[in-house]
Amino acid sequence: MTEIATNTPVRIDSPSKRIAKQFIEDPVAVVGLILFGLVALIAIAAPWLAPQNPYDLAQLNIMDSSLPPGETSFDTEMTYWLGTDQQGRDMLSAIMYGLRISLLVATVSLALAITIGTIVGVFAAFFGGRLDSIIMRIVDLQLSFPAILIALILLALLGRGVDKVIMALVIVQWAYYARTVRSSAMVERSKDYIDAARCLGLPSRRIMFRHLLPNCVPPLIVVATVQIAQAIALEATLSFLGVGVPITEPSLGLLIANGYDYLLSGNYWISVFPGIALVVTIIAINLVGDRLRDVLNPRLQK
Amino acid sequence: MTALLDVKNLQTHFFTRDGVAKAVDGVSFSLDRGQILGLVGESGSGKSVTGFSILGLIDPPGRVAGGQILFDGDDLLAGGEAIMRNLRGKRIAMIFQDPMMTLNPVLRVDTQMVETVRAHDNVSKAEALRRSREALVQVGISSPDERLQSYPHQFSGGMRQRVAIAIALLHKPDLIIADEPTTALDVTIQAQILSEVQNICAQSGTALIWITHDLAVVSGLADRLAVMYAGRIIEEGPTSDVISNPRHPYTRGLIDSVPQGKRHGAMLTQIKGMTPSLLKLPQGCKFAPRCPRADRVCEVEPTLDPAGPDRSVRCHHPHSEANGKATS
Amino acid sequence: MSFDTILQIDGVSKRFSKDLDLAERTARKLGAKIAPATVHAVDTVNLDIRRGEVLGLVGESGCGKSTLGRMVAGLTTPSEGRILYNGQDVSTLKGAAARDAALKIQMIFQDPMSSLNPRLQVREIVGEAPRFHGIVQRNQMASYVEDLLDQVGLDPSMGKRYPHQFSGGQRARIGIARALAVRPHFLVCDESVAALDVSIQAQVLNLFVKLRQDFDLTYLFVSHDLGVVEHISDRIAVMYLGRIVELGESEDLIARPNHPYTQALVSEIPTFETGKKIYHAIEGEIPSPMNPPTGCHFHPRCPHAFDRCRVEVPALKEVAPGRLSACHLNDRAT
Ligand SMILES: Nc1ncnc2c1ncn2[C@@H]1O[C@H](COP(=O)(O)OP(=O)(O)OP(=O)(O)O)[C@@H](O)[C@H]1O
Ligand SMILES: Nc1ncnc2c1ncn2[C@@H]1O[C@H](COP(=O)(O)OP(=O)(O)OP(=O)(O)O)[C@@H](O)[C@H]1O
Ligand code: SF4
Ligand SMILES: [Mg+2]
Ligand SMILES: [Mg+2]
Repeated sequence: MTEIATNTPVRIDSPSKRIAKQFIEDPVAVVGLILFGLVALIAIAAPWLAPQNPYDLAQLNIMDSSLPPGETSFDTEMTYWLGTDQQGRDMLSAIMYGLRISLLVATVSLALAITIGTIVGVFAAFFGGRLDSIIMRIVDLQLSFPAILIALILLALLGRGVDKVIMALVIVQWAYYARTVRSSAMVERSKDYIDAARCLGLPSRRIMFRHLLPNCVPPLIVVATVQIAQAIALEATLSFLGVGVPITEPSLGLLIANGYDYLLSGNYWISVFPGIALVVTIIAINLVGDRLRDVLNPRLQK
Repeated sequence: MTALLDVKNLQTHFFTRDGVAKAVDGVSFSLDRGQILGLVGESGSGKSVTGFSILGLIDPPGRVAGGQILFDGDDLLAGGEAIMRNLRGKRIAMIFQDPMMTLNPVLRVDTQMVETVRAHDNVSKAEALRRSREALVQVGISSPDERLQSYPHQFSGGMRQRVAIAIALLHKPDLIIADEPTTALDVTIQAQILSEVQNICAQSGTALIWITHDLAVVSGLADRLAVMYAGRIIEEGPTSDVISNPRHPYTRGLIDSVPQGKRHGAMLTQIKGMTPSLLKLPQGCKFAPRCPRADRVCEVEPTLDPAGPDRSVRCHHPHSEANGKATS
Repeated sequence: MSFDTILQIDGVSKRFSKDLDLAERTARKLGAKIAPATVHAVDTVNLDIRRGEVLGLVGESGCGKSTLGRMVAGLTTPSEGRILYNGQDVSTLKGAAARDAALKIQMIFQDPMSSLNPRLQVREIVGEAPRFHGIVQRNQMASYVEDLLDQVGLDPSMGKRYPHQFSGGQRARIGIARALAVRPHFLVCDESVAALDVSIQAQVLNLFVKLRQDFDLTYLFVSHDLGVVEHISDRIAVMYLGRIVELGESEDLIARPNHPYTQALVSEIPTFETGKKIYHAIEGEIPSPMNPPTGCHFHPRCPHAFDRCRVEVPALKEVAPGRLSACHLNDRAT
């Protein structure tokens, strides 16, 4: 008779728990995570946190224009901790709202690009053959051009607008995900559990989405953290160049651009503070991303 | 005459996130010149770590935490890295399961072999090449001149392993440690390599530690057998005695669980349960939870005690010396 | 013959060709003589598997064992020939009939870890297919899975764990339970115990023997380990470079191997020696299936090879009742 194996193996943490445990071992990454949490919180809660609604022209006072940091308002009690711009807008509030726009554009484009890239990548890997080579040719072609160039051309054609920027970012980014997902899906597809699923008569769609896809996610997370920082920077660049978001909904990039003209006349704060916000955001994301890459990389495990 | 290699109470521990894994916990054995020792045990029993410890190749989080390794009278653990580096490759060589651990895929075989020769011996290139060629002939590679000019990927798996063995032989070492060098190979190729190794040891008086999980493979090759379980040697003795009359219940279980013609189609005798995790070893005898003879006494860890001529066993209730009938 | 054949492998071949890349294709269009490199992994194999038997398939690495097994399991389509299950060519069936026939043949894989989806719980791994195919009702699912786990010697309460929480032998059992869940009649076991430790290997081999009786299974048992195959099989087929070179009753074949290759294999079965064994090796390496030797594939390594072996492929012929062998020596003797 077969014995029931009596002694159970050591209890092992679930993968996500293990990853979390390992993640917090690096203090720098934890700082990055906290910073990013703050940034995200500010972006989400901007309408409630910000002293002023920078889009509401009625709240602005032209008399307060270009006040340096720490000055109080001409008529109200309000203190402008980060100064005001040439229209008398509170920079602190503008940065909070700008962060909101920047992160919104980045995350929405990221979500769309991941979805498209993942589906394309999994299809290419699962069916292989001609479909695979055609898709991968397109991906290679696209990735051989600088992202900024493609985005500039697209926006020149599409015009300005938050939706247009998102569209451009999706088109620029999907190829990264398609390539990442395809390569990990190729590895996973060759494993026996995919053959086992085929043997059990499960349909291709189910195998692809229930078995193949979830196992391709870890490398995707790493690419996504790198890419979201890229997307924020790209959007800022586009806005800075004046082809990105419209002037009525300024993102960090546009704020920097606005202040740029006044930099030489000594009104540094209009440009520098949004710049710092941008840099902090990107650094925080990169710190988290780097650590995640280390923790998720199976080759560095054990 | 002192033994060539004398390992005393070796302790090699891995300090991991989840606790201290005592991969080798009190291993002692000795080996004379020209002797072949088979080091047998299941996956994770600490065979490779023992081999690596002798060569000083344990990397953090692992560390040799105690014991002595005397090689030709010198204590390797006290000697420091410089002495070790001098011995490694010259007087002690290692053969790995994956020959590509030894071979560099982007260098031609002759480059690698000449480099190895000249790493320890100050000889001319021509002389080094001559010795490389000789080593290849020794491991049974035909047309060695052609082979010298090839890259490792142009060889088949069995041939690559033979080149790795040839490299190990270059300095006519006193001791070779072979870590499952034939596990990945086919039976027919395995037999070729075994026969070559057998000849080489007989001719040159090289001592050999052959690490494997396959008792049958070493039974025809080794002079002595040491069976490991959970970081310990649980039985040791002359090969024929251990095979024909295993005294430890685990050794006996291992031998019985190998399919062997005669009992065709019947159920195999099996060892119940599974290999324990090093982080959660039972108190007392480590084999007790799987052992058919375990009782209260086994809650105290047994020591490796002499059991018959030239043999030792780590068990409170060993099988009797006569053809394996129970004693208790 | 009067045996009840469950599966008939009828002249099956499988060729893999490495696709030419763009440059090579262009060169070929321009008239260069570049042919795609072809591996003849399986070469015109004929084999009848009897209902209820265990047929062992042995051979060295790369000889095409897995490829043949995968064709039987329907994971690879043959380049030539047919595979008949209960007299029907499964590949010509349509719809539900095709699916039912396909489910009757299941495969047990070599690597216990990579054959389990690491992100699914054991009960999902085992229960997915039967639920999807409506073999059991949703509300009976839990007890169905528990039953299966019990059958393969696992604690039924382990259903909620993930594969990485099990040992190698337990994972192998999960793979077996998954296959049994769709109520197969035929199991292809491809090196199913090769990755396991000796003591665990014995447990799983015993499980195969037990399940064969409990579920009336027929096995195609693929392994490079003649010792294991001999233990479990009723008949053994020996494969060399894509061809079956010998087939016979297990005990008889081991006791009296006819083909020189089988003889060499049998003499190298590791056995427990109580004295030093002198190893004899078959000369030479296994040739590459990319360009196999002419005539008998084994002739470059065969100690008895003569002129005819180099030019003419020996046919697989009956040399004794129930024993087939493909060697020219058999013609010589008579
Ligand atoms: N770098 C490491 N970190 C932590 N533990 C380790 C490390 N290397 C080895 N070990 C542990 O040491 C134990 C013994 O390992 P070892 O490689 O010696 O086993 P083995 O007997 O050679 O097994 P196998 O037959 O699988 O090669 C294992 O349980 C392993 O988990
Ligand atoms: N998908 C494939 N594409 C190209 N060649 C293949 C493919 N699958 C197998 N082959 C080739 O077919 C031959 C037979 O392979 P197969 O896996 O059937 O051998 P095997 O007998 O199972 O060997 P092993 O014991 O190593 O598993 C090999 O030369 C292999 O390289
Ligand atoms: S046919 Fe010739 S070469 Fe082939 S096995 Fe028989 S004797 Fe040897
Ligand atoms: Mg090892
Ligand atoms: Mg195979």
